[in-house]
Amino acid sequence: MKFATTVIIGAGQSGLAMSRHLTDRSIDHVVLERGEVANSWRTERWDSLRLLTPNWQSRLPGYAYQGDDPDGFMSMPEVVRFLQRYAEVSNAPVETGTLVTRVWPLDAGYAVSTNQGAWRCRALVIASGACNIAATPSLSAGLPHEVASLTPMQYRNPDLLPEGGVMIVGASASGIQLAREIRASGRRVVLSVGEHVRMPRTYRGRDIQWWMDAIGAMDVRYDAIEDIERARHLPSPQLVGTAERETIDLNSLRKAGVEFMGRLVGLNDGKAHFSGSLANFCALADLKMNRLLASIDEWVSSSGLADRFPAPQRYQPTVVDPQTKLSLDLNDGIGTFIWATGYRADYSWLDVPVLDRKGRIRHDGGVISAPGMYVMGLPFMRRRKSSFIDGAGDDAADLAAHLSLGLTRAAA
Amino acid sequence: MTMTTTISPVAKADNGVNVSALLSARQALEQAPQAAQFKWRASCAWLNGTHSRSVIGNFFGLGAEQSRNKTFTVEADHPQVFASEDNAPTPVELVLSGLASCLTAGVAAVAQRRGIQLHSVKATLEADMDIQGILGMDDEVRNGFGAIRIHFDIQANATEDEIKALVAQSQKRSAVFDIITNPTSVFVTVN
Repeated sequence: MKFATTVIIGAGQSGLAMSRHLTDRSIDHVVLERGEVANSWRTERWDSLRLLTPNWQSRLPGYAYQGDDPDGFMSMPEVVRFLQRYAEVSNAPVETGTLVTRVWPLDAGYAVSTNQGAWRCRALVIASGACNIAATPSLSAGLPHEVASLTPMQYRNPDLLPEGGVMIVGASASGIQLAREIRASGRRVVLSVGEHVRMPRTYRGRDIQWWMDAIGAMDVRYDAIEDIERARHLPSPQLVGTAERETIDLNSLRKAGVEFMGRLVGLNDGKAHFSGSLANFCALADLKMNRLLASIDEWVSSSGLADRFPAPQRYQPTVVDPQTKLSLDLNDGIGTFIWATGYRADYSWLDVPVLDRKGRIRHDGGVISAPGMYVMGLPFMRRRKSSFIDGAGDDAADLAAHLSLGLTRAAA
Repeated sequence: MTMTTTISPVAKADNGVNVSALLSARQALEQAPQAAQFKWRASCAWLNGTHSRSVIGNFFGLGAEQSRNKTFTVEADHPQVFASEDNAPTPVELVLSGLASCLTAGVAAVAQRRGIQLHSVKATLEADMDIQGILGMDDEVRNGFGAIRIHFDIQANATEDEIKALVAQSQKRSAVFDIITNPTSVFVTVN
């Protein structure tokens, strides 16, 4: 059994940022990666996807975007190259093609079995990502066999879809992006809309991510939030990264010809049934967006910067057709369902009792109760930006300090 | 393992809702989720014609039978245009009343949680129904409501958007709103 003081599982932005901090602290470690660096970005994303954060915001410890398009959005091959290069300049000790199959506790540390032999370590950092599995609701079992069923991880582009119209379930970032591009390819698209987060791409002349960064929203800590559980499970905002910095919302999709339904609540006898709650979910999203815009306006005013930005504006409330139907006959031309209903982490290999009753890892800002065990990259884990590339650095710095202190104490 | 759950000091507003107790209950149920399983009950007896009387008493929750020190009765009937005696509201009007009461209670609770003092809350409801459905005249017409419209008139120490957010959040957490907007399986046995 090979030994490393610390084993990091996953060579994405989180694992690489942690590796960099451990190197800086001279803590020997290895980064175990099931595929190649940035594996999920490489293999589990659709063709047209770009980052939802502008290039300048791709900042990691000792490394940042240096290209000539700071306001652009990286394509997936660009993200892969960006992280690959980071691994190289950091001399990160990455073991690629190494799939972790089980982790279990030892007297002082953990054992990690992989398809490339076993490791023993004193500290363990889980940086395998928050989105390993596309979560589909149990009612998806009721989908008729003749209708194709896909997740956004399997979807690549409209040309590869089976014949016919497409029902997209979920109107967060994945759902609205897929609705936009599949509709643009000329297909009928029906979008099932539950809780969602509406956000303009740009506001008062700047990218919305620039504002979130400027007003300090991305740095808000997990222990400063009243209902952190709720904050951690918010849907991803309705954003897309395009060269035109296009804002995409339900109103723009409606203009493009996308049809809307409420939340999907049933599938039987070849029919899909939808909730009558669509109007309220749209009202909630409009109100929430306006609270964000108001907080930006307030920050601008109180900073005395009002003359540096265009005037405040508000957007058209989401239009909800009072005749919205509550059911849809799937024989009426729907060939594919795409379940854009969120993602979850896969901890099936983790044989340490640290999961809650819903299978989620229990942690306090990334610190797991099992000694020397940490997790990274989960939504709002330590800060609002924890699951962003830009958030990996600060979290890695905090957790590397905690990890280092733990090793020192154990040695004392 | 320490998961920090912060409870904000309940603000100065007093809408008569004990939010601290509700928040404590939520915390307690995190540890014992099985206690969250409730069963609500009603019984109903036919009186005459379309007139009936429901009796509502005990329910099950927090892992035990919960008895009340009184029972409630609710009557229903149909109006004279249906050739009935109009002794009480129709069942569908009681559904509207249930929805309004649920949302109104929610508004009060959310306002308390957010430190918003309510001065008055009035909900006005109207529901569309094509009675060709219940009369069996047209199979394509459903029996129930085609749509429900609710108007809230709320006076409170809050901005217009804050008041709108109270009503939206109340709908999001309302049991009756969920019962009406989403399907529910119904199982009926006889004798």
